[in-house]
Amino acid sequence: MAQGRQDVDRAGREDTFPKLLRMHAQARGSRPAFRHKDRGIWQTWSWAQTYANIRALAQGLKKLGLGEGDKIAIVGGNRPMLYWTITAAQMLRAVPVPVYADMVADELAFVLENADVKIAAAEDQEQVDKLLSISNRLKSLTHIVYDEERGLRDYQEEHLTAMSDLMEAGRMALASEASLDRALDAAIDAGRGDDVSIMLYTSGTTGRSKGVVLAAGRCVAAARDTVAFDRLTESEEQLAYLPLAWAGDHYMNYAQCFVAGFCMSCPESADTVPTDLREIGPTFYFAPPRVFEAQLTRIMIRMQDASALKRRMFDHFIAHARLWGEKILNGESVPAAARLHYALGEALVYGPLKNALGYSRVRVAYTAGEAIGADLFSFYRSIGLNLKQLYGQTEAFLYVTAHADGAIKPETVGPAAPNVEIRIADDGEVQFKSPGQFVTYYKEPEKTAETMTPDGFVRTGDAGFFDADGQLRILDRAKDVGKLADGTLFAPKYIENKLKFYPNIKEAVAFGDAKDFVTVMLNIDLTAVGAWAERNGISYGSYQELAGNPRVYGLLRDHVEQVNRSLAGEPRMSGAQIRRFLILPKELDADDGELTRTQKVRRGFIADRYAPLVKGLYDGSSIADISTEVTFEDGRKGVISGRVAIVDLGAPSSAERGARAA
Amino acid sequence: MSGRDILLDVQNVSLSFGGVRAISDVSFDIAKGEIRAIIGPNGAGKTSMLNVINGFYHPQQGRISFNGRTRARMKPYEAASQGIARTFQNVALFKGMSTLDNILAGRALKMKRGFVWQLLRHGPALDEEIEHRKFCEEIIDFLEIEHIRKAPVGTLPYGLQKRVELGRALAMEPTLLLLDEPMAGMNLEEKQDMSRFIVEVNRHFGTTIALIEHDIGVVMDLSDRIVVLEYGHKIADGTPDAVKSDQKVIDAYLGVAH
Repeated sequence: MAQGRQDVDRAGREDTFPKLLRMHAQARGSRPAFRHKDRGIWQTWSWAQTYANIRALAQGLKKLGLGEGDKIAIVGGNRPMLYWTITAAQMLRAVPVPVYADMVADELAFVLENADVKIAAAEDQEQVDKLLSISNRLKSLTHIVYDEERGLRDYQEEHLTAMSDLMEAGRMALASEASLDRALDAAIDAGRGDDVSIMLYTSGTTGRSKGVVLAAGRCVAAARDTVAFDRLTESEEQLAYLPLAWAGDHYMNYAQCFVAGFCMSCPESADTVPTDLREIGPTFYFAPPRVFEAQLTRIMIRMQDASALKRRMFDHFIAHARLWGEKILNGESVPAAARLHYALGEALVYGPLKNALGYSRVRVAYTAGEAIGADLFSFYRSIGLNLKQLYGQTEAFLYVTAHADGAIKPETVGPAAPNVEIRIADDGEVQFKSPGQFVTYYKEPEKTAETMTPDGFVRTGDAGFFDADGQLRILDRAKDVGKLADGTLFAPKYIENKLKFYPNIKEAVAFGDAKDFVTVMLNIDLTAVGAWAERNGISYGSYQELAGNPRVYGLLRDHVEQVNRSLAGEPRMSGAQIRRFLILPKELDADDGELTRTQKVRRGFIADRYAPLVKGLYDGSSIADISTEVTFEDGRKGVISGRVAIVDLGAPSSAERGARAA
Repeated sequence: MSGRDILLDVQNVSLSFGGVRAISDVSFDIAKGEIRAIIGPNGAGKTSMLNVINGFYHPQQGRISFNGRTRARMKPYEAASQGIARTFQNVALFKGMSTLDNILAGRALKMKRGFVWQLLRHGPALDEEIEHRKFCEEIIDFLEIEHIRKAPVGTLPYGLQKRVELGRALAMEPTLLLLDEPMAGMNLEEKQDMSRFIVEVNRHFGTTIALIEHDIGVVMDLSDRIVVLEYGHKIADGTPDAVKSDQKVIDAYLGVAH
């Protein structure tokens, strides 16, 4: 097989993952494809070994009866064997259905039944137990196979097979019967771009989860586009640590790895990810905002415990990075002295910090999934991490938009990704057509029809707009976006997110739809505000007392005013500044139905429950009484009652803004 | 008890500290491959019994035979080299050392090369160290403590320290494993994990286990046979079901069955 450029040209022809795998096994057979840390040592499989293993596994699965169009569920964490199962299934033109490993038995039963799963591949005993507990409800399920054998040796259940045995049997069969080997080659050749490549179930935050059907050719095409966009090569390093069932993992790791031919590393266990990250030193990294947030909090807490000298050094260089770091990263012109100073900072602070986090070699990092605070985003960029945002959906097989290197704005999610067409509907909804676009929701033609426009665009359900540079800004779920009485656009989540980026504010609930102005209810963050109170010598006996403290009001008032200033700077949002706010005397809690289980505020419910407060916010009074039921940790119920002060910030005027800014 | 292969036989053992009788005339045996529990109210002499078994205390009367050999006075390290390992009621680890080093310490008796070789860390000593490290990695994998491999033990939560201690005991590849309240101070999930490990150690390494535990639910689930002590006397001995319905045990320890 000829090496080099020729193979890269050839790469354009493969339209399924098994074909890509075969191509890599020939073109770069000895390069690493998978790594997994086991017993403290990184084990590596080359592309040639991976290809042989996947073929053997496919043969084993075929023997168990997996054939064209059959569904195989994959239940577990990031382990090579489970990724191989995906490709092995695709090789047989069967459909892999990865599901979230932390699903409880009932949710799992729903998905497996909905998908008509024939075989389930489980990571370990825990998942096998879960599957066995629901197997009598699953009529189509014939076999359960498992990766980690511990604890399963004594299981007497029929139709339970170790994947290592399955693979060995497959290997022997392929070696001894040339016809089987040829049949497998034929199956790979028979694979076509419009085969179903995978079914990814949506997380189901809005109703029951739906199976998103993705076609092989489209998946490969989408991944080719982004691999070229971020110039990914076979020498990238990546750690696969996100849930297998999430489009983010399947795209970023599986699809891009198979297209670009780089190595995917699997962590030793879910708890060892930070260590594994440091050891692997990825060049491409993807994490949801909460990961970056938790990391920054940890850094800050540890810096507070550091020696005075280190703390001063850290503060000094981070301040310098905030001034110049992003400009240097964006390749803008920066005075030589500032550059030199930054280089010193890189040697003393930024470099060691990135090393401790495992980011030393990261060339491209993405965050997505929810809004990220501008400060948080800028912090990582300022220390030299090329962090970018993307906006994606399972229905697009991830990418809809993505920041391009050097053109990053924290408040946007970037322009349309390569070959993606985006339009904003009249009601503000973002709609797209993309190379990776899904085919249909499995067994839900009505839902599919609801989501697709007649001319083939996908409705995202998110409201957004393009700014002057052609970068997309996502405001909120389209159905939550309202208008003030004077017609000004009101995007509650947008305002709430801006507020929640302050560590002192845990939750915010904004009101304003069909009202004259915007008001918010705030929840203080007990840890952050408590620490602040301690430093400032404010004593308090309870959450309620602290929340009602006039100085706490003063603290939060500053935050609200800053948010207003930032809103004032945005032409479409300046009319939706916060006029009045209050601090709730109790923490919003999922046990009381105020938040969903995924910690999202239920605005309507809160408006009803705290009706006297909402009334107070809008009738001009400076105080409101509230009495509400709370559920304690142990399930007992009690009543919290008290007076809540309401702060009026006055109507915003440009003169006032000018004065404040001065 | 016919047909059983006896690993440890305790015959008429008595132990006193000055005028205090900790154990009076207690006899029982531990069969190969079983999980044997010792229960009883506080001060019943359970921990003293374990200390007698691993040679820490020397009984004034009675005989103990282990693996068919009746012993006279024996020191704890002799017990250890014969294959008796134990964990302690209050975790006894090297707090400043990492999980890995603590478990490696459990291999100390298995290290053949001399001090000088080990100091040089070359040739046969290095090969040996690699072998021991491999064994420890198996234990780390088995106990699912990969994430704390390099963490100083003193910084770990109590439940994990207990697990590391079990790891160190397992590193000795013991024939008989003595566990002194392995689940004290643990929450439900940690108890479930620990129970799972104990059963696995017993079933798949074939290690015989003697354990002291206050959580009666756990004891009844795990053990094959139970000895009940009260004020240094044995008041019952048998299967969990037999012990549970024994009137003397109910009066002394379990309380009235509801």
